[in-house]
Amino acid sequence: MIVIIDYGMGNLKSVENAFTKVGYKTMITDDPNQIKKASALVLPGVGAFRDAIKSLRVKKIDEELIAAIEKGKPFLGICLGMQLLFSFSEEGGLFKGLDIIPGRVRRFPSLVKCPHLGWNKIKFTYNFNSNTNPFFQDIPDESYFYFVHSYYCEPNNREVICSTTDYDLTFPSSIWKENLFGVQFHPEKSSTLGLKILKNFGDLSKC
Amino acid sequence: MLTKRIIPCLDVNRGRVVKGIKFINLVDEGDPIEMASFYEKEEADELVFLDITASWEKRNIIIDLVEKTAEKVFIPFTVGGGVKNLEDIYYLLRAGADKVSINTAAVLNPFLIREASLKFGSSTIVVAIDAVKVDSDWEVVINGGRTGTKLQVVDWAKEVERLGAGEILLTSMDKDGTKDGYDIELTKTVSEKVNIPVIASGGAGEPEHLYEVLVNGKADAALAASIFHRREYSIPRVKEFLRQRGVEVRLAKEKAKGEKNRG
Repeated sequence: MIVIIDYGMGNLKSVENAFTKVGYKTMITDDPNQIKKASALVLPGVGAFRDAIKSLRVKKIDEELIAAIEKGKPFLGICLGMQLLFSFSEEGGLFKGLDIIPGRVRRFPSLVKCPHLGWNKIKFTYNFNSNTNPFFQDIPDESYFYFVHSYYCEPNNREVICSTTDYDLTFPSSIWKENLFGVQFHPEKSSTLGLKILKNFGDLSKC
Repeated sequence: MLTKRIIPCLDVNRGRVVKGIKFINLVDEGDPIEMASFYEKEEADELVFLDITASWEKRNIIIDLVEKTAEKVFIPFTVGGGVKNLEDIYYLLRAGADKVSINTAAVLNPFLIREASLKFGSSTIVVAIDAVKVDSDWEVVINGGRTGTKLQVVDWAKEVERLGAGEILLTSMDKDGTKDGYDIELTKTVSEKVNIPVIASGGAGEPEHLYEVLVNGKADAALAASIFHRREYSIPRVKEFLRQRGVEVRLAKEKAKGEKNRG
């Protein structure tokens, strides 16, 4: 069963609805035992980084997540859920994240409208082959996805970046490291192609 | 580059899409969920549901609609119309709305914007501003345009941004229903003064109008109702028109080619 982690942040129902649509059952929970038993994990999230990381720690989910990722379970972080994987975020000060992906989360420069809100293109990085990556199977280069965020991720090791997106500056819009995937956009709100990505992720949970 | 958004607006009364002139002579236009699914296929970028139901069971009807829509439609949608307090916002978001728009309640109690954006996140709170031209300026009106407020639109727009609104839905009441184009001056003035996205509304009659408001009016998104509902213009056709004039829009490549071949 795919577990959607409930830590009191944002619209989990729409992630569940999208998985249901592509034929996958999910469970929304904050129970560390269920996280242990999950075949795959999704960390969604809308809201402030500081509240989110605090909530993960209070509920003692943080250690379970790190353990599950180390065990090789398919893991998907969406938007804030991707940002939480990083070492630090500059949102509202400087806050420590889960530190699974070394790097930091930064705010867009003040010259552009914030949040970065709407549909934008993802461009696969030159060394990334979407055909050999199960998560991006059948997703054409330069496809549009729906974004809502004011902060972006900056990994120390640029090799984890699958795609970038342009909004004044060029920022990483998806990352991949073995069983771990992170997307800055919202696949659950990105129509057909977003659903395809969630189906691809669901298929991984069966392997 | 971030694309400009095209947003069909569905007026909903007792769970059905309706169209009337200034809230009277309501004509049934269809099932909201079917229409929403149709617009998703047509590559609408988002949807807005404006609930005009006036009855005590209002909340149950709209919540039911929002839940069903969220199960079937996988693009973002905003719900507005008679939203009064934090509790209303909570129920709509929990049912699956991505954003909630507040209008009259925000003017009567501006602090609601701050409370709501802190509690649910700025990106979920849209403030709808209805504007009427008075001499060389614009005044904010409430209660569906029936009540003046003496508030200047630009001042109010800056204030809602400061209070934490994530977006502004700006309607020209002078242009609404006329189909002779958006209020470009109003939209440009507001869009240049705030650093949050502005959705222009009121007056769409043809693709050229959307081009004008997105380019000259500097809107981030354009909202329209009857030109889409009446199938006068399809969304792909409007987007193709915009793309040919250099406006970045989300449009599947194959579809764009198909349209060209046909026409």
